[in-house]
Amino acid sequence: MNPTLATPRLRIALIGNPNTGKSTLFNALTGLRQRVANYPGVTVEKKIGRFRLDGGEVELVDLPGTYSLAAHSPDEMLTVSLLSGEISEERPVDAVLAIVDSSNLERNLYLVSQLLDLGLPLIVALNRVDVARRKGMRIDPFLLERRLGAPVVLMRADRGEGLDRLLEILGQWLNTPPRPPLPEQPFQWPTPIARALSDLRARANHREWEIPASDAHLARLLIDEGGAAEERWSTTPARKKWLRRARCPPADDAVPLSALEVRSRYRWIQQITEGIIERRPSQSFPTDRIDRVLTHRIAGVLIFALLMIGLFETIFRGAQPAMNAIEALFAWFGVAVGDAIPDQEIQLGIRRPGALESLLVDGAIAGISGVVVFLPQILLLFLLIGILEDCGYMARAAFLMDRVMSFCGLSGKSFIPMLSGFACAIPAVMGTRVIENRRDRLATILVTPLMTCSARLPVYTLLIAAFIPDSTLLGGVLGLQAATMAALYALGILSAMVMAALLKRTLLRGPTPPFVLELPTYQWPCVRSLGLRLLDRAMAFLRRAGTVIFAVSVLVWAAAYFPRSATIDAEFAARSAGMNSESRSAQSVESTRPDPAESEESLESPTCLDRSREWEAAHLENSFAARLGRQLEPVFRPLGWDWRITVATLLSLPAREVIVATLGTLFSLGEGLSENDTSLQSALQRAAWPDGRPLFTLGVALSVMVFFALCCQCWSTVIVIRREANSWSWALFTFGYMTILAYVGGAVAHEIGELA
Amino acid sequence: MRLDLLPVGTRAQVESVENVGSLTQRLMEMGVAPGAKVRLVRLAPLGDPLEIEVNDSLLALRKTEARLVLVRAAADRA
Repeated sequence: MNPTLATPRLRIALIGNPNTGKSTLFNALTGLRQRVANYPGVTVEKKIGRFRLDGGEVELVDLPGTYSLAAHSPDEMLTVSLLSGEISEERPVDAVLAIVDSSNLERNLYLVSQLLDLGLPLIVALNRVDVARRKGMRIDPFLLERRLGAPVVLMRADRGEGLDRLLEILGQWLNTPPRPPLPEQPFQWPTPIARALSDLRARANHREWEIPASDAHLARLLIDEGGAAEERWSTTPARKKWLRRARCPPADDAVPLSALEVRSRYRWIQQITEGIIERRPSQSFPTDRIDRVLTHRIAGVLIFALLMIGLFETIFRGAQPAMNAIEALFAWFGVAVGDAIPDQEIQLGIRRPGALESLLVDGAIAGISGVVVFLPQILLLFLLIGILEDCGYMARAAFLMDRVMSFCGLSGKSFIPMLSGFACAIPAVMGTRVIENRRDRLATILVTPLMTCSARLPVYTLLIAAFIPDSTLLGGVLGLQAATMAALYALGILSAMVMAALLKRTLLRGPTPPFVLELPTYQWPCVRSLGLRLLDRAMAFLRRAGTVIFAVSVLVWAAAYFPRSATIDAEFAARSAGMNSESRSAQSVESTRPDPAESEESLESPTCLDRSREWEAAHLENSFAARLGRQLEPVFRPLGWDWRITVATLLSLPAREVIVATLGTLFSLGEGLSENDTSLQSALQRAAWPDGRPLFTLGVALSVMVFFALCCQCWSTVIVIRREANSWSWALFTFGYMTILAYVGGAVAHEIGELA
Repeated sequence: MRLDLLPVGTRAQVESVENVGSLTQRLMEMGVAPGAKVRLVRLAPLGDPLEIEVNDSLLALRKTEARLVLVRAAADRA
């Protein structure tokens, strides 16, 4: 059912601290009726869900988890703008649903106290009451409700407890418009802030400065030093100067306004919670005991290493059967389509698919297959990461790895996405959503494709087997081939770390984001919520990546297919006519009774296949892609490449592993070769320049491998970066810098290889 | 005494947080504000970041951040 159909009667914002079970509640309320959209200029997604109640439709807008409305990035500012109804193209929200972690009531009420200032109707969902109970805390919801002047619902969102009461209140609101909360003792701005706020309004009025209409937004502008509201507003020196002065209260009170706000809000929270929380000495607290092991300096690191190896192995190997099955399915489908379309008879004995069949099979089906094949890895990675995230381990992993990651200017939160990049950059880039800081997240997105993903393996395996001697180093302990493979992995990690450090010092330079990370209480993951999230990621990947990658594959196909030269066909026709008559006469001598099945069979004979592949290669040599390759050959001279390697590289733009198939075709061996195919290996070993020098020297083999280690020949990755960074420029930047890196790295590798 | 110098396992009370802008604001919003009771739970394996207990939550922060927080160690280790 299309959620955009009826206009909702009630539009509600869902907001809360991180780790409060917000997405679980969102999923419990809206189920599958969710959609995702992007806001311009920010990396957070707008997630909107709907559900029906007796009185009409309710729309729920999921806001990113936050501890406060203070905004230090455009992403955080979005929440303030949305709650203040300042997004012009969007209907303002009618009410706010605040989800609160009962086991940590005081800190969670900080955000609630800011939400009360909005003057919007508010419901407080006191979630995770079970955790609070286990901690020995009992909360009196009725007293809290009276003091806040807003409905309070006790909940366990993971089990659906408390949902009925929540829906009941929303149902009432549909019938009678809700009123803003009326706290017993409303929060009052401390005098210096209140004075500065009214002063700011008066001045702005006088100077005809445009200032935020809502008090909530104005307070953010005044209080948050270096915040997003300030950045947006203080565009002139006069405004900057004035804001600076407004923030400096008379000398006798030297406390900055931000500290003043925090202090007075916590004082208010103390009043509100007075006598509401009953604490009993808690029974043994499992989180602490688990952490004693999981963050132990030896055991913790060991368990972490084992978990990461397990994670990597699962994505790497666990997805393999499903990936093979998908590839086989598409291959079968391709064959079926190919059989359904009559082949074009070139000449006696040679039948080749026509343009339509080639477009469908080599272009469309191969293109879609190249995208869908990543799905098992994406799903597996998100399942595993989702479990680690939901149970609370992810924060511990960030805690353990932070020191290591800080060497390249990132934080511990970047570790898991970068590690996932070893399997596949696509889920890894999508996994960077756990990083709240925009600059850190972008840096991680931009360097993750340098990690050696599984698609590089076919290229490495083929070239290492063909050109790296099977000798041993260190007295037989380490094979040279294995060492080369390890060196290529190391190259990926090293360049990613160096690039991250560079980016963080140049383009993504900025204040070190605070690494204040909450280590949440351990808990069991909620299956339903996890499942919906997996589905969401899968659909997002297929929908957006699928369309563009498909288009690119078709373009690349066309470049390799056209123009079809009639001269080539005629040449082959002449040649094959002669050969066929020979083989026919030989046949008639052998068998007295000509068998129709036999002559049919002879079309599949090795010589025939070879000939049709030669014919295919001849056309490819004449294609637009090949012409471009010859044009570009001088450019790739420093890497020692001839036009064939150049073309193969150009054609592997949509996906790295395509180069194996293209090299196969170009060196006239046909398609369907795997990296273990020794005939392709020996063909590459035999390949030569026109003057007879061998083409693949050690230098060339190394330059190809290094190029593929560093390049961004994967359109799926580029598209996913565009989606996650919400900008084409970052996506193209990634492609650009990686290509330059690959080119330079390839040239250096060529030089080194030639010296050896 | 600076929070990053507190011995592991010690309880203390926050006296002040040095103002360095958004970082201070974030720390205080998350509960590391004057008057709050904290306990240094443990250090990460490489000595940084450190884990503290404040109010009812566990927070990890880097030493460079903990340095901004001045605390008074409680006399008795209750």
